[in-house]
Amino acid sequence: MKTEVNICGIKFKNPVVTASGTYGFGDEYGQFYDISRLGAVCVKGLTLAKRDGNIPPRIAETPSGILNSVGLQNPGVDAFISDYLPRLIDKGATVIANISGNSIEDYCEMAKRLAGTKTHMLEMNISCPNVKQGGMAFGTNPDTVYEITKEVKKYAAQPLIVKLSPNVTDITQTAKAAEAGGADAISLINTLTGMKIDINTRKPILYNNIGGLSGPAVKPVAVRMVWQCRNAVSIPIIGMGGIASGEDAIEFMLAGANAVAVGTYNFVNPNACIDVINGIEDYMKKHNIDDINDIVGKVILNG
Amino acid sequence: MSLEVIGSVIKIAEIAPNIYDMLIKTDMAYKCKPGQFANILCEGGNALLRRPISICNAGNNMVKIIFEKKGEGTKLLSEYKEGQNINMLIPLGHGFDLGDYKNPVIVGGGIGVPPLLYLAESVNNPSIFLGFRSKSNIILKDEFEKCGKTVISTDDGSFGHGGLITVPLKTHLENNKCDVIMACGPTPMLKGIAALAKEFGIPCQVSMEQRMACGIGACLVCACKTKNKDGENFSHVCKDGPVFDAAEVFFE
Repeated sequence: MKTEVNICGIKFKNPVVTASGTYGFGDEYGQFYDISRLGAVCVKGLTLAKRDGNIPPRIAETPSGILNSVGLQNPGVDAFISDYLPRLIDKGATVIANISGNSIEDYCEMAKRLAGTKTHMLEMNISCPNVKQGGMAFGTNPDTVYEITKEVKKYAAQPLIVKLSPNVTDITQTAKAAEAGGADAISLINTLTGMKIDINTRKPILYNNIGGLSGPAVKPVAVRMVWQCRNAVSIPIIGMGGIASGEDAIEFMLAGANAVAVGTYNFVNPNACIDVINGIEDYMKKHNIDDINDIVGKVILNG
Repeated sequence: MSLEVIGSVIKIAEIAPNIYDMLIKTDMAYKCKPGQFANILCEGGNALLRRPISICNAGNNMVKIIFEKKGEGTKLLSEYKEGQNINMLIPLGHGFDLGDYKNPVIVGGGIGVPPLLYLAESVNNPSIFLGFRSKSNIILKDEFEKCGKTVISTDDGSFGHGGLITVPLKTHLENNKCDVIMACGPTPMLKGIAALAKEFGIPCQVSMEQRMACGIGACLVCACKTKNKDGENFSHVCKDGPVFDAAEVFFE
């Protein structure tokens, strides 16, 4: 039984990746299992300089989901390289560095600084809804997506994944723009913007007023978008949005994802990633699938 | 090592309006220190995230928690039955520094009172100050009185001192020796206690609260603004706390 997937030349021992921002730098969930068992670890979103993040409350629970507005709190790309990356490499993880910037120059500079390191891949976050500058502003306009991808590719030594925003009318436009700009892969979806109001105080729960929705609530939207993108681009897709089980992961892969990421559910079940890996294997046994790659995009449409 | 454990509910009772006392059997009890918490999966309904609940007491393979039924998660938790399994990440966080204090003062307010019981049992002859909304909300009075002299206040004056607990606390500090204050309760109360501690030059530890998700330091949502030698930044209640040095906390 083969669970290994190859995402633009990087081998993942299985299709399961952690979703950026839900997994820190691997230290916390490393208390529950050996993180080298994962396909890859995608780390907390990095910025050029350290960021303190947003004023709390930063989280609100909603039906089958959560809204967050962490605001990219992180130690900065240099501290990641010196303090966190060596530990991840020592533990045998395949590492995806997630990068965010206020300007195209920021993204290029981070790609440059990561070029000489043992980071295996870069994920360019142009879809964060929780920062005032940059973030999602880059990710919702196809022309900007094309331009930023093309520029960052000039400096990226590792394969470049572009993480797409679902807060657009037609995600295939930004997916195609990323591919045309030279992206090696795309990942989707980032969070959907949302809001929750306390009706007694009439104030939003989040200090930031709005935040990003994730968790099982967004899964059908994510599956639909992965399927649309599979039909629009030929580069690999890492699918995510509410994955909690092996069955959920299979659904994304049938829709066209070559790999999947587990995010919010880590908070519910600290062994979620391992349970998803086991669930994928169970499905393969049950359906006599020898190679997980054989199911990618194999949804059988009606009519 | 795994922090995820399945305990078993031994007893559950409503001890004051919407306040529940739950005794849980778990072989992780011996690892729990005063001020630490459990992040509990509230099954059987629509609560996605775990709920962080402070540890009221621990020992003899038992953990006691006391929580307020407030939202969806704690409502589900209040419906747990004796014998039912309960999934917890435990023990989490950085608890109280027990030190070797001679005259510790413990101050609690409302649902911030329960985690102080284990603390009161673990320090030397504490002076205890507890504030509640009203007489009917008073909990754990007998248990605290076994640990040390206990002063109670109620907001409405229906029992003990009327008004804020910081009033009898200040009188105590003016007339007695005190080498540490340890507190848990609503933020305005903690702010008042921290101000008194500063005025009297006494070290003060406060247990903070914030909306939380993972409980282990990965998601970074439970931010608490603090200052230390490295400057101001957002610490995290689940991992850096819940207990902080009051001098380092910005009380918003």
